[in-house]
Amino acid sequence: MLPGTLLKFTNKFIKSNNEKYIVMRSICLYFQVHQPFRLRTYRFFDIGADHYYYDDYQNKHIVKRIAEKCYLPANEILLGLIKEYGADFRVSFSITGTAIEQFKKYTPEVIESFRKLAKTGNVEFLAETYSHSLAAFKNETEFRQQVQQHAQTIEKLFGVKPVAFRNTELVYSNEVADMVYRLGYKVMLTEGAKQVLGWKSPNYLYKSKPHPGLKLLLRNYQLSDDIAFRFSQTNWSEWPLTAEKYLNWLNVIEKKQEVVNIFMDYETFGEHQKAESGIFAFLKALPGTVLRSKKWIFRTPSQIADLLDPVDSLDVPYTISWADEERDMTAWLGNDLQDEAFDTLYSVAATMSDCDDEDLVRDWNYLQCSDHFYYMCTKWFSDGAVHHYFNPYGTPYEAFINYMNVVSDFLIRVKEYEEMRVTRGKPVKQSEKVLKEKPVKPVTTSTVKATKKVAVAEKKTTAKKIANPKAIKKAK
Amino acid sequence: MKVLMFGWEFPPHITGGLGTACFGMTKGLLKHGIEVLFVVPKAYGDESQEAVRLINASDVTVKMREPVFQDYWNQITFMEIGSNLIPYVGPVEFEKMVAEDLRTTEEKMSPVFAERFSFSGKYGQDLMTEVSRYALIGATLASEQQFDIIHAHDWLTYPAGVAAKHVSGKPLVVHMHATEFDRSGENVNSNVYDIERKGMEEADRVITVSNLTRNIVIERYGINPDKVFTVHNAVEPIEKAELANSEKHVKEKVVTFLGRITFQKGPEYFIEAAKKVLERDKNVRFVMAGTGDLMEKMIRRAAKLRIASNFHFTGFLKGENVDRMFAMSDVYVMPSVSEPFGISPLEAMRSNVPVVISKQSGVAEVLDHVLKVDFWDIDAMADAIYSLLHYDSLTTMFRKHGTEEVNNLKWENAARHIVEVYKQVYQE
Repeated sequence: MLPGTLLKFTNKFIKSNNEKYIVMRSICLYFQVHQPFRLRTYRFFDIGADHYYYDDYQNKHIVKRIAEKCYLPANEILLGLIKEYGADFRVSFSITGTAIEQFKKYTPEVIESFRKLAKTGNVEFLAETYSHSLAAFKNETEFRQQVQQHAQTIEKLFGVKPVAFRNTELVYSNEVADMVYRLGYKVMLTEGAKQVLGWKSPNYLYKSKPHPGLKLLLRNYQLSDDIAFRFSQTNWSEWPLTAEKYLNWLNVIEKKQEVVNIFMDYETFGEHQKAESGIFAFLKALPGTVLRSKKWIFRTPSQIADLLDPVDSLDVPYTISWADEERDMTAWLGNDLQDEAFDTLYSVAATMSDCDDEDLVRDWNYLQCSDHFYYMCTKWFSDGAVHHYFNPYGTPYEAFINYMNVVSDFLIRVKEYEEMRVTRGKPVKQSEKVLKEKPVKPVTTSTVKATKKVAVAEKKTTAKKIANPKAIKKAK
Repeated sequence: MKVLMFGWEFPPHITGGLGTACFGMTKGLLKHGIEVLFVVPKAYGDESQEAVRLINASDVTVKMREPVFQDYWNQITFMEIGSNLIPYVGPVEFEKMVAEDLRTTEEKMSPVFAERFSFSGKYGQDLMTEVSRYALIGATLASEQQFDIIHAHDWLTYPAGVAAKHVSGKPLVVHMHATEFDRSGENVNSNVYDIERKGMEEADRVITVSNLTRNIVIERYGINPDKVFTVHNAVEPIEKAELANSEKHVKEKVVTFLGRITFQKGPEYFIEAAKKVLERDKNVRFVMAGTGDLMEKMIRRAAKLRIASNFHFTGFLKGENVDRMFAMSDVYVMPSVSEPFGISPLEAMRSNVPVVISKQSGVAEVLDHVLKVDFWDIDAMADAIYSLLHYDSLTTMFRKHGTEEVNNLKWENAARHIVEVYKQVYQE
């Protein structure tokens, strides 16, 4: 039996046979696991002379360190929790192809430990683009290929084909929804961005406006960031955060609200929040504390999508993501550096769509990684402690220069490959469907207004005004 | 608040950046309601007096018989030690002055004790005498004028500042625009070093033009960090007609170095980087504008590297020619080995030219929209130059944000920080 069908069956069974499971609301834990292939310092005089782009030493060093500090101990804890609480505790992961490749290369024990988790049956693995790319913005063919490549990798590794989708950095728009739906996915995760939700709460199941068959789970960024960003901030008024305190925040959420989606980078545990901060003790304590309250249960995205009915549809004409205060694309695309780099790389998308040169395909994959464009973000000159933390380059300009040098060499190789293919008698594909280029627009006031109008129109049919949980807490 | 300020030059009679900085600063201070009495060794009469009352030290009469000056003179004899290492002096001028000095040595004491002393206003061989004499002027003015704070710029004026402090009892702020280590590398002139150190020790507060300089002051001079504050320099906005691109008569892209061709400015790194770029791309011209003791060596080096057909020397550029040079440049490079601040990149950015600067410059502390490299990292420097020539969005970004960045570096803002330092000592 397919896992999805199995879930549906169990849920129906649960619904009809066990009152407690209906009363209990859902918590959805999803962790993102990603490692890019970081580039070595690549000078312009390397162009045409040296075709290896990666900083093996740094990549190995970082992956090993994070495996030791985060992936291995956190997986161990989750495995213990699943043994202790059985079906009541479930989590979901999305692991990028580039992370998996590096685990295989440097830390095979991490793959093993994820396999152990997969075997419990309590863990759902999500689909995404293989190389954590922003291909959805450029080229649908490439996007489809990457999603399929990733799904195959996950299935091969964990024996389960992913049925729920998350896009790189939770990037979402009507257009993305369209592509994802046409790939056959019925569930997708994204950000509970204010500019889309307005007064609505993220704590419900929603559906996509253009494709009502695509159900949406929205990140509760307040409760997610309390753990992911604020946990170890000693100047935070709520520090130190305990499982009991967190449960109290969950409990003040209006009873009608059915699901709290807590999404974050897996590296939160032990890397972004150091072990000394007590983050592991918190992770160990939270499920027990929450489950003992008998009000909440942990479910995976697919379970929730099967269990609940969408309360409303979301119209998202402008792209959202889970990054920064703006929750938009400006961390990756939009400044001149990012746009030139992005356009230059995708100028060879047509050739690469059926390229049979393994080395070229590998580099094509790795160079699409969104991280490279993130390093070129100039926003952090004013506000980006977070950006700075993740950025191996001193400035976005250095990141751009290095990337452009690499891409220049890559383009030369692609050109040589094209020529070689022509002489071999296999012409380069010309009829490639390239998405109409659309500049990434920040959400303007008029958009917000438009979203609000929709929201107001739908007010009558949906839930009442929902304040955020923190506000309620403070009011008390 | 009224400030008695000791400088060495004032626009338009300037030989370095010090005069320009003092002018911008006094204008900025005026905006914060600070009145400045500015003392220069020699006033020509055509200096801008819009922000300050300029006092010509040559016009001040010193009554040497008064015991207070005699006492002070005894204290400052250390400054009389002759030195043959003077900044900003070319070899020819130097020889002439040394010869002159030998002739005048015997009479040395008499001009010092004359009632009026005519200052040359230049960085000459009898500089130490002028510095000493200028100190006496400081003491005289301190007893005649009303003011709240004394502010002295660079070592040449420190003895004057210290003397004024002794006579008036008012607090002293000294301003480090450059240290002897910046000027001379490790071969420091010990007399200059001593004056710098004693000036800073006597001062109530020390202002440095960058954190780079602040570290030198603390580490190399042993000054108490608690009294050393960084106030970054600024630039005066200039309204000038946009120079048309018609200035440029070559089709190749132009990469420019502009400054004194001396050890401090790192010209050899510029040449080595040029070689690396030219190996890859012949459609670039490199220009080294300026003059200095390393110029001939640099010409020989360019010839030896066989890049002379794309590498040009202009000699010393002044005024309008500097602007023209910027107008025809596609990239400006400042590879300084040690630069307390470095105003020229700001001038380039103001002319819409993207810049590459060394991390060993104070100005790197205040700029984001530039490329920063270590002066010795020729590969990184070459890479930065190549990228600016080939990846258009870099230039677009720099033009977009760089101009705005420079326009925000206003003297008015820098002066606010100086006023804060004044207030600290004023209250003590």
